[in-house]
Amino acid sequence: MTSPNPFNESDEAAKARRLRSIAIAVALAGFVILVFLVTVTRMGGHVANAPHI
Amino acid sequence: MLKAKLPELAPAGVAMAAPRWQDYVQLMKPRVMSLVVFTALTGLLAARVPVSPVLGFVAVLCIAIGAGASGALNMWYDADIDARMRRTQNRPVPSGRIQPGDALGLGVTLSILSVGMMVVAINLLAAALLAFTILFYAVVYTMWLKRSTPQNIVIGGLAGALPPVIGWAAATGTTPLNAWLLCAIIFLWTPPHFWALSLYTTGDYAKAGVPMMPVVRGAASTRRQILVYSLILVVAAVAPAFTGLGGALYLAVASIGGLIFVSLATILAFSHAGDVIEDQASGLYEVKTGVKSARNLFAYSIGYLFALFAALLIEALAHLPALTL
Repeated sequence: MTSPNPFNESDEAAKARRLRSIAIAVALAGFVILVFLVTVTRMGGHVANAPHI
Repeated sequence: MLKAKLPELAPAGVAMAAPRWQDYVQLMKPRVMSLVVFTALTGLLAARVPVSPVLGFVAVLCIAIGAGASGALNMWYDADIDARMRRTQNRPVPSGRIQPGDALGLGVTLSILSVGMMVVAINLLAAALLAFTILFYAVVYTMWLKRSTPQNIVIGGLAGALPPVIGWAAATGTTPLNAWLLCAIIFLWTPPHFWALSLYTTGDYAKAGVPMMPVVRGAASTRRQILVYSLILVVAAVAPAFTGLGGALYLAVASIGGLIFVSLATILAFSHAGDVIEDQASGLYEVKTGVKSARNLFAYSIGYLFALFAALLIEALAHLPALTL
């Protein structure tokens, strides 16, 4: 069973670490969405029917 | 040397302070970043060509992240100076909340990400200009000029002046004269802005060993140079109204704003601001007897630059015509 406090840290430090992890997750998700949108914008619509494919 | 200032790791079993996500945001100098975003967006829209909203957003985001990367690299390298100045001693690295290596890692990672994204999503010219800006700020200004010459913020100001050019390049793939005019306005604005600030924080800069103009040449010389730069600045700021960039609104803002700027710089030139070097009180914006004119110019200069770029932005968004004089 996992220890409730595996890093032996204070509640404040644990909270800071959790919020940092959430911030990284949000940034990563934002980056993925951004790359998707840029790809769609640069390639345009109807990619499957594009003559060069 | 740095390590000596940082808190030692806590022994096993004892809780140690952990960096908060806000510390990493602070590392990227969000206030500088907001000015960069504003001027870059103005450059992008003032070009007046159709830009995809997604690509326009990505371009401004890349410029903002590039500015954040420069800020992190600056805070990594300048931690020793920052620790000696009251205005900066609570920054994440000198206060020990973030390790220097982490600041360096963040700066390098964000630099690569922002320039890489600019290459892939926008164009090579904008990416090259962004890479140059980051390198210029982190290496030329931070590592070299800042500690070696009173012209540090004059030459280093180029890094802060380039975002509208990058924005313009992102929109059009070119950098015409009008884009460089926007760059020149910020470049010429930087010395009066920072020297006005340094006139009432001289004690801090002297204590940190930073050769700011008032520390090296004295307050009287600095006040004279502020006036000279202010005169050149207000002329340059009116120029876009004669080059097909600014319209009637811009001309009005640049003319009236310029007159006030020169008036404040003249009052400062004939004042005794900065003559007495005192240990500073804690507030950056605190008004002290004898330096009120310096503080007035510093505060006004921010509003002046904002008004100039806001006028261009409004004209571009409202499709108001540029003057044809």
